Amino acid sequence: MDRSSSSLRSRREFLADAGILVVGFSLFPRASHAESLGRAPRAVAAPSAEALDSWLVIGRDERVTVYAGKVELGTGVSTALRQIVAEELDVPLERITWVQGDSQLTVDQGRTVGSGSVKRGGAQLRRAAAEARQVLLEMAAARLSVPASQLEIADGVVSVAGNASNRLTFGALIGGGRFERTISGRAPVKVPAAYKVVGRPVPRAEIPGKVTGKHVYVHDLRLPGMLHGRVVRPPRLGATLESIDEQSAAKLPGVIRVARKGTFVGVVAAREEQAVRAAKTLHARWTATPVLPAAGDLYSTFKSLATSERVVGEAGDAAAALRSAARPVRATYRWPFQLHASIGPSCAVADVRADNATVYSATQGAHQLVAPIAALLGMSSEKVRVVFTEGSGCYGHNGADDVAADAALLSQAVGRPVRVQWSREDEHAWEPEGPAMLFEMAGAVDADGKITAWTYDAWTPTHGARPTRDPATLVAGALAAGKAAGGEFFSGGGERNARTTYALPNERVTSHPVPSFPIRTSSLRGLGSPQNSFANESFVDELATAAGIDPIELRRHHLSDPRALAVIDAAAKRAGWAPRTSSPTRSGVSSAGIRKGRGFAYVQYDRTEAYVAAVVDVDVRLDTGSVRVRRVCVAHDCGLIVNPDGLRNQIEGNVIQAISRTLKEAVRFDSTRVTGVDWNGYPILRFSEIPEAIDIELIDRPDQPSVGAGEAATSPIPAAIANAIFDATGVRVRQVPFTADRVRAALRA
Amino acid sequence: MHELPTATIRIRVNGADHEVSAEPDTPLLFVLRNELSLNGPKFGCGLGQCGSCTVHVDGAPRRSCVTAVSAVAGKDVVTLEGLGTPERPHPLQQAFIDEQAAQCGYCINGMIMRAAALLAKAPRPSRDDILSAMDANLCRCGTHMRIVRAIERAAAGGTASPTGREG
Repeated sequence: MDRSSSSLRSRREFLADAGILVVGFSLFPRASHAESLGRAPRAVAAPSAEALDSWLVIGRDERVTVYAGKVELGTGVSTALRQIVAEELDVPLERITWVQGDSQLTVDQGRTVGSGSVKRGGAQLRRAAAEARQVLLEMAAARLSVPASQLEIADGVVSVAGNASNRLTFGALIGGGRFERTISGRAPVKVPAAYKVVGRPVPRAEIPGKVTGKHVYVHDLRLPGMLHGRVVRPPRLGATLESIDEQSAAKLPGVIRVARKGTFVGVVAAREEQAVRAAKTLHARWTATPVLPAAGDLYSTFKSLATSERVVGEAGDAAAALRSAARPVRATYRWPFQLHASIGPSCAVADVRADNATVYSATQGAHQLVAPIAALLGMSSEKVRVVFTEGSGCYGHNGADDVAADAALLSQAVGRPVRVQWSREDEHAWEPEGPAMLFEMAGAVDADGKITAWTYDAWTPTHGARPTRDPATLVAGALAAGKAAGGEFFSGGGERNARTTYALPNERVTSHPVPSFPIRTSSLRGLGSPQNSFANESFVDELATAAGIDPIELRRHHLSDPRALAVIDAAAKRAGWAPRTSSPTRSGVSSAGIRKGRGFAYVQYDRTEAYVAAVVDVDVRLDTGSVRVRRVCVAHDCGLIVNPDGLRNQIEGNVIQAISRTLKEAVRFDSTRVTGVDWNGYPILRFSEIPEAIDIELIDRPDQPSVGAGEAATSPIPAAIANAIFDATGVRVRQVPFTADRVRAALRA
Repeated sequence: MHELPTATIRIRVNGADHEVSAEPDTPLLFVLRNELSLNGPKFGCGLGQCGSCTVHVDGAPRRSCVTAVSAVAGKDVVTLEGLGTPERPHPLQQAFIDEQAAQCGYCINGMIMRAAALLAKAPRPSRDDILSAMDANLCRCGTHMRIVRAIERAAAGGTASPTGREG
């Protein structure tokens, strides 16, 4: 029996390659598994989603190797996906080897974005595992001459019911062979009531390595003959390179090359410290015309740059309802540019040869990065392989793709493998930023506590500028070509949660895209959802105040979805919410000069995904204006829970990061460049500022599909904080971040 | 290529003596990572602002990104790898595993090294002691609550802190 084919062989070849290429550790610790496949290497073939063999391979050693397009970005998703496969295939978790995000080895499951890995990626893996289980049953039935209906599967062993000694292991059935099956989607999947692995708080597989220094991040890759590169950036994209004295760096010890292509400039040296010194020393003179507005003019500039509008949602006649309202309420909210701000600046390793290239990157889309890198290198896409290797926390479209392009260009320049590590300044100044947003809201409430009118208008640059086939969508490509980076405007990003899920009789929700703004923006965790929810959920609170009605009660009047009501009830009950008809309640104990307040917010992420309600308790110091979040209570429903502890970890992380974004974070820039280029210039939340408790209630819905949890819990937090500050002080803060200076100014206004 | 650095510097790392060739002002971090293949300490800022590169020098936490390799000659350097391994983790590493106190985990080297130095000095720190000791280290994933719980767990001899897990 020879079931071998190119894709199996290619994997063995790859696993063998990994052992040779990567020195000092094994990229895939169970590379020995490849031996059990017992096949000779051959050319690599692209795996297709329809072929079962693309998804998993079972070795003679009983190991199951899963080839996943979705990747681990630090959220624990690779553990959750492993649970889904182990459950459906009936193999122990420990027996699964995980290969992820390789443009030539794994199925293209789309980018790892938008909290879609468990929902969509997990569903694909579940179907594949169920199909494999079905094939194994059929094979065992034939081998044992017993109808499949009389067979049982447990722990990777098929046995005859009532005769456990009559059995075959998965490895004995197929070890090293191929399933040769197209995924029909008709293989039976388990009912959630039968789950033994899904739903359990399984510890994450990579954490022991992460706490002992053994886990391999892209920053830790070392290839034989590898050199160290650094980039030398202009003040901003579009700047002109007036002069460059390449000799100023080339003469330094260890420097191999000062590379230049258009306005892309980088240095390559034998040792990392030599590359750092060369980049610092290189004399380059740039001119950048002042194009950025003064901070005070940012939002009016947005309005002047918007050339079109899009009605996101509409019901009734909001304008007429507003006109006839006795006391319409209006408010303007502002959100700044923010950073992903990973603790590890972006890093990549590229090995570009004359006729092929391999790029190791923490990209969210290995498959999607192939085309622009190939175009940048002047190669055909078949010659370029992108291998995902985990990086520092991702939180969206950060610098991972761009640094991969930097490494590719520098490796091509020297014909050897090059590792490029961005500096902290490179990261802060050059990662794509989360967009600023401006909101103008108007609405009214009637005497019965019903919202009668609601209008929303928002102005924002794009929330999505992912690499396309055009290499100029990568910074190196844009610099090399002398073009502005960026692709088409992605209106769906800024409009995420623009429209609320409240049933409103008269509403008009309008977005105003700012098509080009001289700061490069893209997707930051939640895209427009945290910003939109800040405006919407603050404004609901303002309407409740205007009507003298409890803010939770007002929301209830416009919600009928029982899952929405359940998270709201759970959060309110858990926090001990006392209904109120006016704010500030100042009900908490107030010590001298400190006011305590409590705020509420509710969001269903992206209107169809996870339900989250949050109650936030704050202290506001009246003398300084400083705000401290004391306690956060979250109720969360994301359908069937795969890993409750992983989910809690994600919720805690969302809450802390959202507090940080709300209280502290704004990108600083002058007329030509980003100026907040270190942790002093862009401060984030510190240990002394974390809440005393984040109290989480998980609502498990085994009868509902799992939806993502990577972003949802961020969305209600900013408004809940704003509403708590209002409850504490009677002062409404409508511009993020709520720094002490800004709150103090509001208190004194 | 131009001339290579000439200085030979003797350093003691995780109990073993090494001779490394590097210019004296080379950041200790680059020597640990690139010469000794110790990947525990991480490059975060190169400015001494975030703590992800933290190692122990004679028992005290130091930012290896702003410490010259020549400054640790003759001193005892301990990295995350020197504390324990996945098979035989240090109690603090075990506590981080027990509390699942990592998301991306990039900052965790600094968290564990700083916390280990704290516990060596103050075996039963208060929560405020922990917050104040850890305040100089940055985490972006928002794993702070779990990191604090892990330190409390290690201080309590490996059992969950009395306040327990929220929720």
